[in-house]
Amino acid sequence: MDATNKKLPPRERKNEWPKYLAWAFVAALIIWAFVGMPAFAIKPNAGQIGGSIMSGIFHPDWAYVYRGDGEDLVSTLLQTIAIAFIGTFISAIVSLPFAFWAANTKHEFWLVTRSGKFLLTAIRTFPEIVLALMFIKAVGPSAFAGVLAVGFHSVGMLAKLFSEAIENLDNGAGESVTSAGGTRMDVTMLATIPQLLPELISNTLYRFELAIRSASILGIVGAGGIGTPLIFAISARAWSRVGIILLGIVIMVTLVDFISGSIRKKLI
Amino acid sequence: MADRKMAAPQMTLPKKPFGWEKLIVTILMIAGILWSAGETNVDIPMFFANFDQFMKIFDQMMSPDWSYTSYVIAPLIETIKMAVIGTTIGALVAAPYAFLVSRNIIQNRFVTGILRFILNIIRTIPDLLLAALFVAVVGIGPVAGIITLAIFTFGMVGKLFYEAVETIDEGPIEALTASGANKWEIVRYAVIPQVSSYFVSYFLYAFEINVRASTVLGYVGAGGIGVFLQQALGQFRYDRVSIMVLVIFAVVLVIDYVSLKTREVLM
Amino acid sequence: MAEQQVPSTTAAPQEPIIQFDHVSKVYDNGALGLKDINLKIYPGEFVVVIGLSGAGKSTLMRSVNRLHDITSGDIQIGGRSITKAKGKELLEIRRGIGMIFQNFNLVKRASVLRNVLTGRVGYYPTWKMIFGLFSPEDKQRAYESLQRVDLGDKVYARADELSGGQQQRVSIARALTQDPQIILADEPVASLDPQTTRHVMDDLKRINEELGITVLINLHSVDLAKEYGSRIVGIRAGEKVFDGPVATADDATISEIYSGKDTEKEGA
Repeated sequence: MDATNKKLPPRERKNEWPKYLAWAFVAALIIWAFVGMPAFAIKPNAGQIGGSIMSGIFHPDWAYVYRGDGEDLVSTLLQTIAIAFIGTFISAIVSLPFAFWAANTKHEFWLVTRSGKFLLTAIRTFPEIVLALMFIKAVGPSAFAGVLAVGFHSVGMLAKLFSEAIENLDNGAGESVTSAGGTRMDVTMLATIPQLLPELISNTLYRFELAIRSASILGIVGAGGIGTPLIFAISARAWSRVGIILLGIVIMVTLVDFISGSIRKKLI
Repeated sequence: MADRKMAAPQMTLPKKPFGWEKLIVTILMIAGILWSAGETNVDIPMFFANFDQFMKIFDQMMSPDWSYTSYVIAPLIETIKMAVIGTTIGALVAAPYAFLVSRNIIQNRFVTGILRFILNIIRTIPDLLLAALFVAVVGIGPVAGIITLAIFTFGMVGKLFYEAVETIDEGPIEALTASGANKWEIVRYAVIPQVSSYFVSYFLYAFEINVRASTVLGYVGAGGIGVFLQQALGQFRYDRVSIMVLVIFAVVLVIDYVSLKTREVLM
Repeated sequence: MAEQQVPSTTAAPQEPIIQFDHVSKVYDNGALGLKDINLKIYPGEFVVVIGLSGAGKSTLMRSVNRLHDITSGDIQIGGRSITKAKGKELLEIRRGIGMIFQNFNLVKRASVLRNVLTGRVGYYPTWKMIFGLFSPEDKQRAYESLQRVDLGDKVYARADELSGGQQQRVSIARALTQDPQIILADEPVASLDPQTTRHVMDDLKRINEELGITVLINLHSVDLAKEYGSRIVGIRAGEKVFDGPVATADDATISEIYSGKDTEKEGA
């Protein structure tokens, strides 16, 4: 080995200023938020209520699971799944044209793509609850309003995922259809769609997993599903009812995630 | 050169093996759609018949009550603060927890199994339902929102982060183990350097999502602009609703952009 | 083997099947693709195009079936100008030209049969392709093409279950199903190992000899070019710098073709 008597050279400094600034920004944001916040006011009997909820969760109202009146746990959970399922299905169909609009392929003029992406962001940000209330105005307080809210709101994300799938498409197969004398439509039917379809189905399933969570919420405003009995049980302080409903939601979401996840794994 | 003749093609095309799987999936899909449509009373013609009702609201939203803007600034800032605090608390709890459920750090399958089970259960409960629950416990106000966002963040960042920890390069761990390091030293010198940038990235990502989520938490009484949103909706003041929707949209766009740039710099 | 009419390059009395007439191509970004190319290829020839990467070999190939448009000059296929062809006529000329690509360009998630059938696309009206309605005769034809490349047993396998060499032979079968007079092969063995390279090249050679299909191919490897080709065309910086029977392409000529500023020297 060489003689190792050289001094440790000073560290070479590249420009680290943006990094420090970013850190300072994050730190400042956190400090700002904590400092300006009003005191953590908590109801004096919070501990007691928390205790009753815990005891309710551990002593669920089993009788509510099935009563046969259509208002019980199993019926409302099934309705929740139905809202998510048909809502996602509708949104998948609506998403297709939007996806082609927003996809940034080389034939497209940049303004087309930009405006499409902007519209999708707007749809994603529009609060789903507000949307549900608007649809309730149109079709009455029903599960159908929930379907419409899920179906419309999901377009924002689903069309974005679809457009990304279109952008990442390998157009080699399309080239081979063209070289065999195919028209543009032939390319779409024989190359684009067969390559795209598994991706689209996988995206739709993923969105379905999220739609299940949305559909559980929409009942709060009267758009069907498990949310309605839950909000009633909470305001009536029927904690063992709350317990069984939470249990039901956890099981439903876990099952749906598991089934949908294993189908997605098989697809890709 | 071509040493063998081309196989003479004489055989007729064999029958296609029947695709049971595809058939079953198709039938299930159609059955699912029909059942869901029946279960939820889907009635598209009715929707179009009443579409003018929907458009009436939309018309009102198209002429926003600009004078209301000044009233929503304060609750909007409260919303952002809720999101920051909730994200910070949730992420800080999630970080050590993620190490505890990573199978390459904790070898005890029983411990990781139980802790993961808890994490997964937390992830299944929708944010607005959690908020409704915490409003009942701690009372109306931003505290319920902060707790909700913290728990929500914990579930999200916890999962993302442990997946990052589990996919790190095992080489440095092996090297440190070989040189006699204990568990803490391994985490400090072999694991944390590999995952710290992920953590920052997930923190900001969760923040983006939480800003969106926090805007509606007020609907069930958990503070922020959602409280005003609920009032305006209750009074059918759609001109005010649209102001809030617009303001929320603007804030989300700005925060997404700032967060993206920050992530780029820090990664 | 070949006692019949492999038309030697010495003054064939026939009409050329491919004719380049002062063909030039300038890309939109100003890059020069082809420069005043004159070339006559006769029925039954096995013509290998060699040259450095970026010399314009691929552009030459793709201008034959007009996957790329040329800037000036004229290209005739069997006496008909593809440069001037419009609409239906263009598709008809293309369907007589099979093409094989470096990356196979298969629809990976579709069955082998589906992929081979797309070769027939030029024979159907577009509305039939929307529903994927191929006739039983064409399915049989596709199966026969697969048997020619020894892949009859893979007819219902998914394309992505096959090895690279097998996928390339599927794309040969696809080109054969087109019933072409010409096969273009754009770097068909560039992503294959030596063993499968040989298999694919043998298949192409036999198609040329037994079915009398004209083959225009570009290759990286000079050794393969000399072994399989009947005639070599050398391209350098968009210009034709050599054209003659394999025997006349000696080492000096080869190194002349591969000389130039381009540092990406590949092949033998």
